[in-house]
Amino acid sequence: MAQAHASNFKNPVVKWIDSRLPIFTMMHHEYNEYPMPKNVNYLWAFGAIAGIMLVIMIATGLVLAMQYAANTTIAFDSVERIMRDVNYGWLLRYVHANGASFFFIAVYIHMFRGLYYGSYKAPRELLWIIGVVIFLLMMATAFMGYVLPWGQMSFWGATVITNLFSAFPLIGDPIVTWLWGGFSVDNPTLNRFFALHFLLPFVIFAVVILHTAALHVSGSNNPLGIDAKGPQDTVPFNPYVTIKDLFATVVFMIVFAVFVFFMPNYLGHPDNYIPANPLVTPAHIVPEWYFLPFYAILRAIPDKLGGVLAMFGAIAVLVILPWLDTSKVRSCKFRPIYRQFFWVLALDALVLGYAGSQPAEGTWLLIAQIGTAYYFFHFLILLPILGKLERPLPMPASISEPVLKGGGRIAAGAHAKPMEKA
Amino acid sequence: MRALKTAILSAALALGLASPALASEAVHIPTQNWSHSGAFGTIDKAAAQRGFQVYKEVCAACHSMRLVPFRTLAGIGFTEDELKALAATYEVQDGPNDAGEMFMRPGIPADRFPSPFPNDNAARAANNGALPPDLSLIAKARMGGEDYLYAFLTGFEEPPADVNLMPGMNYNKYFPGHQVGMPNILQDEGVQYADGTKATVQQQAKDVATFLTFVAEPSLDQRKQMGVKVILFLLVFAGLMYATKRQMWAKLH
Repeated sequence: MAQAHASNFKNPVVKWIDSRLPIFTMMHHEYNEYPMPKNVNYLWAFGAIAGIMLVIMIATGLVLAMQYAANTTIAFDSVERIMRDVNYGWLLRYVHANGASFFFIAVYIHMFRGLYYGSYKAPRELLWIIGVVIFLLMMATAFMGYVLPWGQMSFWGATVITNLFSAFPLIGDPIVTWLWGGFSVDNPTLNRFFALHFLLPFVIFAVVILHTAALHVSGSNNPLGIDAKGPQDTVPFNPYVTIKDLFATVVFMIVFAVFVFFMPNYLGHPDNYIPANPLVTPAHIVPEWYFLPFYAILRAIPDKLGGVLAMFGAIAVLVILPWLDTSKVRSCKFRPIYRQFFWVLALDALVLGYAGSQPAEGTWLLIAQIGTAYYFFHFLILLPILGKLERPLPMPASISEPVLKGGGRIAAGAHAKPMEKA
Repeated sequence: MRALKTAILSAALALGLASPALASEAVHIPTQNWSHSGAFGTIDKAAAQRGFQVYKEVCAACHSMRLVPFRTLAGIGFTEDELKALAATYEVQDGPNDAGEMFMRPGIPADRFPSPFPNDNAARAANNGALPPDLSLIAKARMGGEDYLYAFLTGFEEPPADVNLMPGMNYNKYFPGHQVGMPNILQDEGVQYADGTKATVQQQAKDVATFLTFVAEPSLDQRKQMGVKVILFLLVFAGLMYATKRQMWAKLH
């Protein structure tokens, strides 16, 4: 005879459902009992914040899609109609436009946290790779979303980025024509970008579920980078981490609200308030800020194909990162030399970002080239070698040891540092 | 170590704040005092109304404002009757009627400002080949925003000796490339302000820049007022969350 799931829930309706489809047991297990290392700092909140940003983007995007018209003749005007005539349309659009930036801010902090504390190392390699997939999907979604208002930067950004594929020999030009749905960026391009921009967030959502599922197999990493040895090292996710994540989320939302309400166009480009005109090229075509480091890498290489390969390579190295880093020690706390280079990489990313916003000539081109060289040096040469040469600092025996005894240098650092790394 | 981190974080902040500003051309655009700048600033309605007068009597001869309906001006203090009267002074095309013909009728507040030219080519033909840009979004579509508009409108001057102006062009200190098709159109006392304000060039430029800021972003005042409330709420909420978090985690240690 078929067995029902033995449910522990008291509510008869919940129990009836749960015995047949143990979804409540699953949620209870994964989001109530789920053991979190008790020493995680506020940097661990950015995964949750990124998830909340995704939900905000889908919610506002859905309502915007009800008002937006994906046709080159009226797309620009339909966005202005949202801004002027739709009730709180300006709020929806500014939340959505700035939300993309803040989604990337959360994800970049999340990624650098993973880099600093070695969250990509065994057994979390696949978890990290799924994260890189989410990052790629986000980039595609954000890029296509920026095209939709059909302003000057929309049009010319789309032209430049899609043209990158023409760098590939033989297949390049057919790929570009296929992407465009014609022989230039035009109405078919806008139509398909809108369709894909609507689809991809749900794909991201699905991959986020995979990301979380993979996370809950190995459990969360922590600032010490050592495994939890038992219940004394962990706290139940709810309520301890929920309240902590929610507090961090509210603080993040304050910064977000400052941009939405007081400087909503600061992160955008004025040219995107000019309707797209294929006959007039803007003086500088710049992507949104979150693409600038990759844009700098693209332009740092004098050869077009080389630049495209370098740009994709910059993301590809993240995929193989778990095997590039040969050190067995996860956390930078115990890697005195690598810790310095981590901050050099962080600075390198910022310098590349700034170089990407400048015209690719003279000093800035040279700086972008040096920055690109360091980026690949860091991942492809430094990390494999350093893991073999570096002598890690002594590690604590367990998470609760330094936390409970307040013992020594390590724990003091764990309390003093968390927020300033953000 | 700590010094390096501080340096990186401050560099991040500086770069982040400076990059959009630095992306503009080398010409420095002086900033003005605007009643609508800052977190609590609101549009100066009297200035915006004077600016509308400048727009109507000067700019509108060449520039369209095609995205803006008359009713938008309720946001700078026009009453419903004033809007109806204002709209009725414009002729807008409607139709086709039962005979299948387009016809002209007096405007209503829901109509948008009629454009001075039927299309871009007609506008170019009448303006020596230059296309006067639409003004609906101009305050958001230029680096520097309303400061740029003010600087541009007051920035016409005799070209330096080494500049060779192309025929029909004018020299402007702040226009990218300095050669612009638009002539120096604002003149002292070029308009007669109904409220008695002295209509200097600077006054008109400031007023019309205020007006154009308003039409580019009619929700500006509402947005900032909502923002203050949202942030106050979030600050209180964050405080409560932090207190709860502290209390909850205190049990653990």
